[in-house]
Amino acid sequence: MSGIRFEGVSVEYGGNTVLDRLDLTVEPGEVMALLGPSGSGKTTALRAVAGFVRPAAGRVLIGGRDVTALPPHKRGIGMVVQQYALFPHMRVEDNVAFGLKAQKAPKAEMAGRVAEALEMTGMAAYAKRHPRELSGGQQQRVAIARALAIRPGVLLLDEPLSALDAQLRSGMLAELARLHRELPDVSILYVTHDQVEALTLADRIAVMDRARLQDCGTPQELYRAPRTEFTASFVGNANLLPVTVAEAGALFAGRALELDRGRAVPGAHATLCVRPHLLGLGAGPNALSGTITEVQWRGSTHRLYVDVEGHRIKADLPELRETPALGDHVTLHFEPRDAVLLAAGVSDG
Amino acid sequence: MADAPRPGGRATAHIPGTRTPEHNGAAPGHGGTARHRAVAGPGAAPSGSRTPQGTGAPQRTRTVPGWLWSLPPVAALALVFLYPLALVVQQSFSPENGGGAFDAYASVFRSHSFREALGTTVWLAAGATVGCLVLGFVLALIIAFVPFPGAKAVSKFIDVFLSFPSFLITLALLFIYGTVGMANGLWTDVSGSAEGPFHFLTTPWGVLLAEITYFTPFVMRPLLAAFSQLDTAQLEVASSLGAKPARIVRRVILPEALPALAAGGSLVLVMCLNEFGIVLFTGAKDVTTLPMLVYGKAILESDYSAACVVAVVNIAISVGLFGLYRVVGKRAGA
Repeated sequence: MSGIRFEGVSVEYGGNTVLDRLDLTVEPGEVMALLGPSGSGKTTALRAVAGFVRPAAGRVLIGGRDVTALPPHKRGIGMVVQQYALFPHMRVEDNVAFGLKAQKAPKAEMAGRVAEALEMTGMAAYAKRHPRELSGGQQQRVAIARALAIRPGVLLLDEPLSALDAQLRSGMLAELARLHRELPDVSILYVTHDQVEALTLADRIAVMDRARLQDCGTPQELYRAPRTEFTASFVGNANLLPVTVAEAGALFAGRALELDRGRAVPGAHATLCVRPHLLGLGAGPNALSGTITEVQWRGSTHRLYVDVEGHRIKADLPELRETPALGDHVTLHFEPRDAVLLAAGVSDG
Repeated sequence: MADAPRPGGRATAHIPGTRTPEHNGAAPGHGGTARHRAVAGPGAAPSGSRTPQGTGAPQRTRTVPGWLWSLPPVAALALVFLYPLALVVQQSFSPENGGGAFDAYASVFRSHSFREALGTTVWLAAGATVGCLVLGFVLALIIAFVPFPGAKAVSKFIDVFLSFPSFLITLALLFIYGTVGMANGLWTDVSGSAEGPFHFLTTPWGVLLAEITYFTPFVMRPLLAAFSQLDTAQLEVASSLGAKPARIVRRVILPEALPALAAGGSLVLVMCLNEFGIVLFTGAKDVTTLPMLVYGKAILESDYSAACVVAVVNIAISVGLFGLYRVVGKRAGA
């Protein structure tokens, strides 16, 4: 059982801080997603665990052991990267056996463990193929089998599904979830920029932005009660409204809004976070009226962009019978319990 | 390609049919194949859509037939290369003092100097090639994978190095290790003895050193190109799986560098076989290679037939090796 622990890990590259004092613990057997836009430091954090970057400060622990100064080949980590990185001149079975040979596993065990790893990823029938004879999805399965064959305590997945097309991706996502159920002891650090992957797979999500950890919690916590504006907009693409806290609720563009949670000091500036799909059409509590500036039909839903006193509000509504027209005047509303009050951030969403 | 996972791949032969479905309708007897084509359609469609441009009649707007354009280069090639080459071959078959066509060959092949020159040429070329491959591989590895300041500059310098004339390297070695070179000069100054200890430059080893020095970059160039194509993620994954650097070099980098090594190695082998300037400039009188023998026979002994025989042998070896390189290179996917 080995978890991962970052203790104040900073990484600098060419004078820039690409990872700024990261403190994070991945419990044994836990799937932790590092979620963030490109350049947020999430991949750097993963590379610090693998040993490809040397932190300028802080420690990295794997299973309680300080590995900060250890070269990659002594860390016992399984790793899967976006572009598979299979060894092109080796057959699938030799790719999978590579780690076992490198670690000088007993010859008698080798064949069994290779078969086991290929079985687990559904690639047993392809053992004699070369990587170039496989599709992208199959190559990624081989890459996963190769990482699992060494029976690592820690599995690092660096955007493993980003090179696959959308349909394959959802299939592989289910596959990864199944693998995790079959290997409950393996800690997984999953780097992604895709919130769906993170929400689906992760036990907890660490949201990163501009080299820093912004927020960390279970997917439900982050989605329902984000702690920062960045989390609210990056995970679930929420509406962020600048409000002034009132005695009971808040004031937004001169309107009094009723709120349930996150009361702050009256008079303070704050940000109100409302998910687009929690807005309803028509009169109701917390009504917001404005004009439609854009309509997008998305099959099962309509996405409306409504201008309310100069603020652009997104609303996802179940498919409307009559497509609203641009310039139409509409009223949106939301339940008091569906909004979250956040401390006002630096950025104005 | 044969066992690529493309179910529709084998149906390529039917492609013209898939493009004209109305024909299938008109010939009910072929209904079965028509259905087969329809099934094969999705997999085969991309190549099918390309065929009309490939097989369709090109627009005939040119009045000059295409083969006419090949005349100028062929004529130039014939004038400056093929004709002299033919003369050399012809001369080798016509001894000056009469006799049969193969007399010159027989006497040259019998002569001790030719056999020795052939042996010297082959072992020097083979030795230099092995040396260049080993040294070039190690240096290219360092330049490509060990981050050090100036690696780019070194890589650029190698390009420049390729443009140097070969005798320049020999000259530089003469300045350092020659009989009156810096190394020997330093030795005589310090020890007071009349002669320095470095005399290897006039031995075959000196030629070998000069050839390795000069030809190593010719191996490094294709190697560096191959290394820059290598996905560094492969190296990282390999090390995360527990492979030490030596294993990564042996099992991951070397197999992928083989085509480049074959290309660079055979190039160097052929160039070493024909090297003249380096051997001449080292002043190694006892080191006679085939090109030196040609020079000696033709210029010093005025025995043109013998010179041409040696030249023909030299050409045959070079062309044979080049052919071998092409075959091997094609198999290696270079």
